[in-house]
Amino acid sequence: MRYDVPLIVKVLAIVGFGILYIPVMIMMIYSFNSGKLVAVWAGFSTKWYRELWTDDILLSALYKSLLIGMSSATISTFFGLLIAIAFVRFSAFRARLTLSLVASAPLVMPEAVTGLSMLLLFIAMETTFGWPSGRGVDTIMIAHATFGMCFAAVVIQTRLRDMDRYLEEAARDLGERQPFVFMSITLPLIFPSIIAAWLLSFTLSFDDLVIASFVSGPGSSTLPIVIFSKIRLGVSPEINAIATLMILTISGMVLAGSMLILKRDSRGKKN
Amino acid sequence: MAPFISIKNISKKYGNFSAVDNVSFNLQKGELFSLLGPSGCGKTTLLRILAGFEVSNTGSFEIDGHDMDNVDPADRPVNIMFQHYALFPHMSVFNNISYGLRRTSLPKSEIKSRVEELLELVRLSGMSERKPKTLSGGQKQRVALARALARRPKLLLLDEPLAALDKKLRSDTQFEICKIQEQLGTTFIVVTHDQEEAMTLSTRIGVMNEGKLIQLGTPKEIYEQPQTSFVADFVGEISFLEAVVKENKNTHWLMQAAVPIYVSSDSNFNVGQKVKLALRPEKISLTSRPTGNINEFKVDILDFAFYGAGTQYRVIGPEGVKLKLYQSHNQPSKANSPMLKTGFVNFSPEAIIVLES
Amino acid sequence: MNYFFQRFGRQIVIWLPLAWLLLFFMLPLIEMINVSFSEARRAVPPYNPAFQFGPGGISFQPVVDNYYLIYEYWEDYLWPAVNSIRLAFFSTLYCLLFAYPMAWWIARSNKSLQHILLILVLMPFWTSSLLRMYALIGLLNPNGFINDILIWAGVTVIPIQMMQTDFSIYAGMVLTYLPLMILPLYASLVRLDGSIIEAAADLGARKWDIFKTIILPLSIPGIIAGSLLVFIPAVGEFVIPALLGGPEQLMLGKVIWTEFFRNRDWPVASAIAIILIAIIILPIVYARYQDKEGIS
Ligand SMILES: Nc1ncnc2c1ncn2[C@@H]1O[C@H](COP(=O)(O)OP(=O)(O)OP(=O)(O)O)[C@@H](O)[C@H]1O
Ligand SMILES: [Mg+2]
Repeated sequence: MRYDVPLIVKVLAIVGFGILYIPVMIMMIYSFNSGKLVAVWAGFSTKWYRELWTDDILLSALYKSLLIGMSSATISTFFGLLIAIAFVRFSAFRARLTLSLVASAPLVMPEAVTGLSMLLLFIAMETTFGWPSGRGVDTIMIAHATFGMCFAAVVIQTRLRDMDRYLEEAARDLGERQPFVFMSITLPLIFPSIIAAWLLSFTLSFDDLVIASFVSGPGSSTLPIVIFSKIRLGVSPEINAIATLMILTISGMVLAGSMLILKRDSRGKKN
Repeated sequence: MAPFISIKNISKKYGNFSAVDNVSFNLQKGELFSLLGPSGCGKTTLLRILAGFEVSNTGSFEIDGHDMDNVDPADRPVNIMFQHYALFPHMSVFNNISYGLRRTSLPKSEIKSRVEELLELVRLSGMSERKPKTLSGGQKQRVALARALARRPKLLLLDEPLAALDKKLRSDTQFEICKIQEQLGTTFIVVTHDQEEAMTLSTRIGVMNEGKLIQLGTPKEIYEQPQTSFVADFVGEISFLEAVVKENKNTHWLMQAAVPIYVSSDSNFNVGQKVKLALRPEKISLTSRPTGNINEFKVDILDFAFYGAGTQYRVIGPEGVKLKLYQSHNQPSKANSPMLKTGFVNFSPEAIIVLES
Repeated sequence: MNYFFQRFGRQIVIWLPLAWLLLFFMLPLIEMINVSFSEARRAVPPYNPAFQFGPGGISFQPVVDNYYLIYEYWEDYLWPAVNSIRLAFFSTLYCLLFAYPMAWWIARSNKSLQHILLILVLMPFWTSSLLRMYALIGLLNPNGFINDILIWAGVTVIPIQMMQTDFSIYAGMVLTYLPLMILPLYASLVRLDGSIIEAAADLGARKWDIFKTIILPLSIPGIIAGSLLVFIPAVGEFVIPALLGGPEQLMLGKVIWTEFFRNRDWPVASAIAIILIAIIILPIVYARYQDKEGIS
């Protein structure tokens, strides 16, 4: 065909991909540098990775981050699913405008504002009812679940909207009742989006620095908070190693997830 | 006289697959030529080669003696009307139609008057400010036609121009396209897989299959003298009978199908040769009693379907020979009783088309 | 069970998430407004709530001191606000510049390449921006990778200052938000039917002409959507100005952080947060308005 993408566009696009990938790749390479000086290559070594396992602060922060990430992602996905159902499957209902407002505003709210306002609420609640007493893992979890569910809702909503409604109607025609139709027909069909929503809320929580900084208390520092305080002290091979591990893990999960979804999608379209 | 449009040995391969296979034909100025063929036979590919979007592997394409091989699509005196119209969704009808003209050095006033003319021609005057998505299917089709005609191409290519229209609108539009084509004298190549459309529209038809141009002729030639069973089958309804040549009886050949059949043909056959006999439905008559005509035998009527102007029957004869036949309602009916279970068919020796087996 | 679902299922589906969001998203914002009208004090918590109810009954004593303070020291707060808008605006522009060819290429490539490229765009989007900013610091530092190469190549003798400049902010923003610009652009370009481009060429349009009259106008919805997706979070960004910017690149997100954690002036931090919200609402309302215009 004569109207292919012009060469100049391809070249610029490759430069764009370069911008996205080169910094991280160089960092990954330097995480195997044996010298303490970051910029000078002093030979290959994995000692920084080995040292990570002896850093108790880091390990306990990792444990907290995982705990918060998984629990808040689970809450987010469940509530996000409810929001998506309400938007896509329910015709006009009275609270629709309110729900759409409060479910989309967190998507655009600056993290600093979200974090600050939640902290202020937690403090006001504590002085009024005595709960939550102090800030910790639970308050971070609530904060993450709150904005996570809005992202989860978007992901699931897209899929639910694309889904063929007639399948549900066919099942009802054959005598199945709600909510069993939803369980047996709809849920399996939108399952990839549920996985995607969970993964998205998990990574949002796992990567969040700003909101967690506001709503965490003493002793409940998450991994990004610990890393941020380390970064402020300067570039170090140890952070290179943590960052490499985290990026590889998340990328691996995303890669596996998207392969799965793309495969399911193309199979679904063939049928 | 040199042909106005000359297409020679054009082939296009995708990998090992021949989408267009050695196609050649010539057109005179002002012809309305139809390319007819089943889905996937390479019609669109051939048009795209002529428009310049696809580069052929071999062959040449000349218009008025000028070779088009290295001419950019933008510079070819060829315009195409796409299968799904490809109207520019963000432009008004006026801007769609004038798009090609605005890329020339024509003055604004001239462009305006030409577009008005075209709108008149396709009967869309007064719609020039509408956006494509506010138009009906038929209106979009006419905007696309006007847009393709705006640059006064020497050759206009139409890829299934009527595919998206309903049956009534189709036949109206068919005549409209014919009228416009006659009025402008532009040479048209119309792609279609609808044989009725090809019949009504064109001065000549080319039938394609699997990338090859199989037969080329006027609609009458294609219908009455198909050269292969593919063409016979693809164009119109037909019934086939397997037969063996028995003997030459002066004016006729006697052939043995399930029953002996007399065939009138100029061709020469060898005795014992296997052939295929083809019969158009309207050439067969059905009667309730034997008439004593030549080529007559008794059949059982399987079913019939009422078509307004006539009735189509499916009958089965000796040794399971199946025939389709069509009885017009306006000729004095011989056997139009729906109650009829059996009857007699006959057909003249001249009505039979003999094809290679 | 069945009856229960028929009757209350709908209400539960709607009200469970709605109640959560009202409690943990709306109420905090209201409380923040409340705090922004409260008097600062040296205590725990460091403010005297404007609206209060408790054992002593309900009291309501709003003060506008905090906004007045911002007004009085407007230079200290105006610059970060201007910076936020300026840096976010140009970051959006640079993102658009790089994203357009990427989205175009992805939209026009064949299925298998398209999948690969889309995954390549999505992967950075999922990984932590904090870590990618850290990786960028390793490149831009005075003793970082780029300066090393430049010195080694003899281009310069002393390291070039790249950190704590507008450049480092733009680099960070592009690195963080490029995927958000690519995805809507891709969505609008992939919808563009190839035969429309061919139709334009058939009618005499050259390549640049086709881009100008067909491709660009038809991708404008994608450009608007992508610009909003980048501009909005960029305005409120904290990590990028904190790690890559200097005093010249102070942005509102960082000011909130400093007022809150360093100065412990929570009412002022709240007041700035409300100003930040106002800055963000403007483009959203504008886009909504544009949308409505487009439909009618
Ligand atoms: N870019 C391509 N790569 C590989 N094969 C192609 C390509 N374009 C077309 N083909 C193949 O070439 C053959 C002819 O296609 P073409 O579009 O010309 O058919 P057509 O006659 O126009 O059919 P229809 O009536 O369905 O429009 C088809 O089998 C098609 O699959
Ligand atoms: Mg075709």
